[in-house]
Amino acid sequence: MREWIYARATDSRFYLFLTCTLPAALLVRAIATGNLGANPLETIRDTTGIWTLRFLVVTLAITPVRRLTGWHKIIQARRVIGLCAFFYAVLHFVSYVWLDQFFALDGMIDDLTKRPFIMAGYASFVVLIPLAVTSTKKWIWRLGGRKWRLLHRLIYFSAAAGVVHYFWRVKLDVQSPVIYAVLLGTLLLARLPRSILERKRAAAEAQILQAKSSRWR
Amino acid sequence: MLIQRAADILSSEITPEGVYQNRREFMKTALLAPAAAVQAFNTTEKVTAYEYATTYNNYYEFGMDRADPSKNSGKFQTKPWAVTVEGMVKKPARYDLDDLLKGLAPEDRTYRMRCVERWSMVIPWRGIPLASLIRKLEPLPSAKYLEFKAILARDQMPGQRSRLFGGGLDWPYAEGLRLDEAMNPLTLIAVGMYGKPLPNQNGAPLRLITPWKYGFKGIKAIVAIRFVETQPVSSWMKAWPEAYGFYANVNPSVEHPRWNQSREQRIGEPGNPFLGQATRPTLMFNGYAEQVAHMYAGMDLRKSY
Repeated sequence: MREWIYARATDSRFYLFLTCTLPAALLVRAIATGNLGANPLETIRDTTGIWTLRFLVVTLAITPVRRLTGWHKIIQARRVIGLCAFFYAVLHFVSYVWLDQFFALDGMIDDLTKRPFIMAGYASFVVLIPLAVTSTKKWIWRLGGRKWRLLHRLIYFSAAAGVVHYFWRVKLDVQSPVIYAVLLGTLLLARLPRSILERKRAAAEAQILQAKSSRWR
Repeated sequence: MLIQRAADILSSEITPEGVYQNRREFMKTALLAPAAAVQAFNTTEKVTAYEYATTYNNYYEFGMDRADPSKNSGKFQTKPWAVTVEGMVKKPARYDLDDLLKGLAPEDRTYRMRCVERWSMVIPWRGIPLASLIRKLEPLPSAKYLEFKAILARDQMPGQRSRLFGGGLDWPYAEGLRLDEAMNPLTLIAVGMYGKPLPNQNGAPLRLITPWKYGFKGIKAIVAIRFVETQPVSSWMKAWPEAYGFYANVNPSVEHPRWNQSREQRIGEPGNPFLGQATRPTLMFNGYAEQVAHMYAGMDLRKSY
């Protein structure tokens, strides 16, 4: 126990995690004190939803920031922030199932089959589950780095579906969804030159390898 | 679980048998005191907190966030105010608001208000039954519909200046009613609420109230009433015809592409939504079927949404 506490107390990621749970803590306080405003259900639903999106965007920002600044240690924060995105997604999902639908299966199926914005939300959430499950070191080792990285590219899809979910939810007030779409687009585009470069390099390497192997033959 | 249906008509308000037997006498007294008959419309449900009713509003002219109207409407000028009455009516004119409503007694009505966004309130309005105003204006027989226009004031309404701020509806906001809907005893031109003049964010100085229809039907800051022969096109119909029709009657079985309308959340309730079910069932015509259903007899309300 003591070791556990010591390990946490000296790990900056633990403090990062605590910071990331702050919005949820404030929400819990608002629930406990009855300060959720005019529409409590909506407050809970919207708060958890927007924080999911924010954490997804921050998760996706880490790699570009690292490449841009050369601050490599920041990669350690990615898992914590990614898991926080999942944490808020779970809260958001629970708020829908419990508060909005009150566990009415027929209502949820109805939503899922008829309302595109709910479909996008479900898709965004479901895809996050395997990512959260395989977020441990053990799973990286079990899958192998290449496969793991490939699997975790699903976060692009999840974030995109999340933004679409937000876009389709509003009536005409698209201002905020547009901001998230632009942010996400920028972060995805920021990866493009690198991935093209990588592909070129891989092709070049393959060529060299081939040349070598043909020489040996 | 106990699901309580709103008791719109108190048992104390049901006509006693003795009075019924003596109905000719009763009619005479009833005609002398029409206010008593109106009591039947008042809901006895818990009134929404004034704070919520004045800070949680949809009034895109002042911004699309529901907190925007109360923040941005403070300087909105409602005096002097003129209302243009035009079209198929015997007394078309540009009326000063006071002249328009002169001689018409305001009444207090506590109505449920159901927003298309799945939330609802209970609001004590003060207003003039639209029927008495229409009678005063004397429509021509050819008039079949009423078209309402709200104010166009780009200098005062940020939502009308910017598409991003106001959603790009077709300004000024427009709404319409069939003449019989407008004449329905429930329909009100509200000038006050909670015993006070109408706050700017709630549609000062005058707005429409049709409690059996979704809230967006209640056009605010009205500057024109036109009597017309053909069905008017409202701003929301123009913006998104698949989602918003002319009638906009509250109907739990007709879905909006975005929202299942079978349930609603009453504003301010419950403080902790995790204790029990947070939403309540939405009633047909928002619980006013008895007063309005007859107007839609024979209509397919799925098509005429």
